[in-house]
Amino acid sequence: MSIFDYFRSAKKDTASIAKERLQIIVAHERNQRNKPDYLPKLQQELLEVIRKYVDVDQDQVEVQLDNNGNCSVLELNITLPDRV
Amino acid sequence: MAKIIVVTSGKGGVGKTTTSAAISSGIAMRGHKTVVIDFDIGLRNLDIIMNCERRVVYDFVNVINGEANLRQALIKDKRAENLYILPASQTRDKDALTVEGVERILNELAADGFEYIICDSPAGIEHGAFMAMYFADMAIVVANPEVSSVRDSDRILGILQSKSRRAERGERVEECLLLTRYNPERVAKGEMLGVTDVEEILATKLLGVIPESETVLKASNQGIPVIHDIESPAGQAYSDAVGRLLGEEVEHRFMSVEQKGLFKRLFRRSA
Repeated sequence: MSIFDYFRSAKKDTASIAKERLQIIVAHERNQRNKPDYLPKLQQELLEVIRKYVDVDQDQVEVQLDNNGNCSVLELNITLPDRV
Repeated sequence: MAKIIVVTSGKGGVGKTTTSAAISSGIAMRGHKTVVIDFDIGLRNLDIIMNCERRVVYDFVNVINGEANLRQALIKDKRAENLYILPASQTRDKDALTVEGVERILNELAADGFEYIICDSPAGIEHGAFMAMYFADMAIVVANPEVSSVRDSDRILGILQSKSRRAERGERVEECLLLTRYNPERVAKGEMLGVTDVEEILATKLLGVIPESETVLKASNQGIPVIHDIESPAGQAYSDAVGRLLGEEVEHRFMSVEQKGLFKRLFRRSA
């Protein structure tokens, strides 16, 4: 490694920053894109069922679908209100 | 059967109309009967790029509405034989294009013996852009080596894969990437995304790289599609891209910094 390379590597070139940023955002947006259309409705209906028993808000139910290779995981996260 | 090719990008100002004009001219110059349609309703511009703005009498929407027939609306290009232009309407009615209307016109064009139908898409992902891409067999996604353009290109690829007629039928639109305004010097300096970076991010086959060139503006100033400027690197790069589009094996050029010889340095082309 020459002395010039040393100075060069000290600061990353802007094209590699652009590439990294793009890879992250594109991967994220593709993930969103592949989500099935029924997800918002599923979330709404789940919320209605839960509300029959517990008093929760809209934003306290989180539905997440993750694809890991050939299996998909539907994750349901409900924050219950504090007990009084 | 006619091949329908959409020129799209999502982002505006990346060179869709320049590309539509160049590619359609190039295909026609190789002997194929070609029509290029401006889908940018309300912001017609293909006509001025192709120097036929004063010859527009009827437009795309007139034909859809039955106010004129195709023969009356099609403008014959003065440079390339076999090339016709169907200009966009300047109406502000966004819904002037209907799926049925567009399909009817495309079918009529195919029945008329057109081999290639190039659809110049407006920017954005709204109605006009959707209409331009819906019937496409092939998509040329035009991108600049710049973050917002690459991101938008990925969005457009996603829409092509889910919302086009081919997608609805479980088929695939043949997608390819055309990288425009490419500056190899800046890429070498690490100031601009390189062609392999963009290919890797978008995972799409490369149709061509059009180098940033002064000749593109000079060509549009005069209303001459840049592909007619056979001296210019941009014109040559478009010509290569047309060859690839038609199935020829053409090696990529203009992707790395050109080594300027002494002769070239002494006599820099000023044309």
